Amino acid sequence: MKYWEKPFGREKPQVFQGSINIFKDRCKGCGFCIEFCPNNVLDFSNEFNKKGYHPPEIIFTKKCTYCGLCESICPDSAIFVIREEVK
Amino acid sequence: MQNNAAHHPMEKYLRMDRMPHIWCSSCGLGTIVNSFMKGIKNAGIDTNKVAVVSGIGCTGRVAGYIKLDSYHTTHGRAIPFASGLKLANRDLTVAVISGDGDLFAIGGNHLIHAARRNVDMNVICVNNFIYGMTGGQNAPTTPLGAYSSTAPYGNYEQPFNLVGVAAAAGASYVARWTALHFHRLTDTIKEMAKKKGFCFLEVVSPCSTVFARKNKGGTGLDILREYKDRSIIDHEADPQKIPLGMNGEIICGVFINEDRPTFWENVQKGIEKRVVKTKNYKVIKNRESVV
Repeated sequence: MKYWEKPFGREKPQVFQGSINIFKDRCKGCGFCIEFCPNNVLDFSNEFNKKGYHPPEIIFTKKCTYCGLCESICPDSAIFVIREEVK
Repeated sequence: MQNNAAHHPMEKYLRMDRMPHIWCSSCGLGTIVNSFMKGIKNAGIDTNKVAVVSGIGCTGRVAGYIKLDSYHTTHGRAIPFASGLKLANRDLTVAVISGDGDLFAIGGNHLIHAARRNVDMNVICVNNFIYGMTGGQNAPTTPLGAYSSTAPYGNYEQPFNLVGVAAAAGASYVARWTALHFHRLTDTIKEMAKKKGFCFLEVVSPCSTVFARKNKGGTGLDILREYKDRSIIDHEADPQKIPLGMNGEIICGVFINEDRPTFWENVQKGIEKRVVKTKNYKVIKNRESVV
């Protein structure tokens, strides 16, 4: 007999690991990455950068799936994501 | 989590000695440049065989920031330069990235005739509804009723529908996206780089400093939120019937994708006919002499 699902719960979903890198002095504070992040990982920080803007900071590291949307939408190439798949 | 040793993946494709660029905070142009370079990368074309031509304006600065063979032409003359480039060196993939004021106001004639001839090039028109760099004058795309520095009582000129103009002039690939649809933009640029013929792409982009300030649109972030609500994807829409306004839907999609003989193919056909004709002429002449 084949179960469509394991009787004692499903397998754990695949967890991605990686790193989010922010070049704080390149940021112009437009907030695109903060607004359009699907999991709301980022938020404005209280500190100022060289230009006087508030760069983003990571508030929920565990929520991030490293999808790279912030990297695609950033107009100043100030943020990028490296995704490492865990086997 | 700042890592200074790591390099941004886009740094290979941008002239980092020119950065930071002059575009305002929350302008859509940076996203479009990123999408363009990703699209070229995904198309698998040798970057030494890609040339970017741009005109004057905020969007004209793109040629200066991309690490490809690029040329910054005079106002409105990006398409004639690109046509010459393509016809002289036919291995190149030529892309024209310019603004609405450059391509449709002063360079409107060049655009419709390049589309009519079907010269093999990719034209990316970044539409921000206004002349941004010179201080917010009325552009041919400013919607009816919008305020600008030369229309303090609201614009009363009927704007161009850029997609409709390109389709009517005979472009073989016509698409429209906004700066928010960056993944689809990347895919469209990839498709355009591989396609033969005149490809036209309109990208609706926020101008936070001039257009939004005059029309109380908020920041670029507010405009992108507005695009999220207003944009509808419909690939089968008729490009003549989807003008852009201050309010209402922004219909996006790839509207026309067809194959027509390009300018160079027609030139070759013409030359072949001529060659055949002259050969026959010689034969007839010999016959006459025989007779």
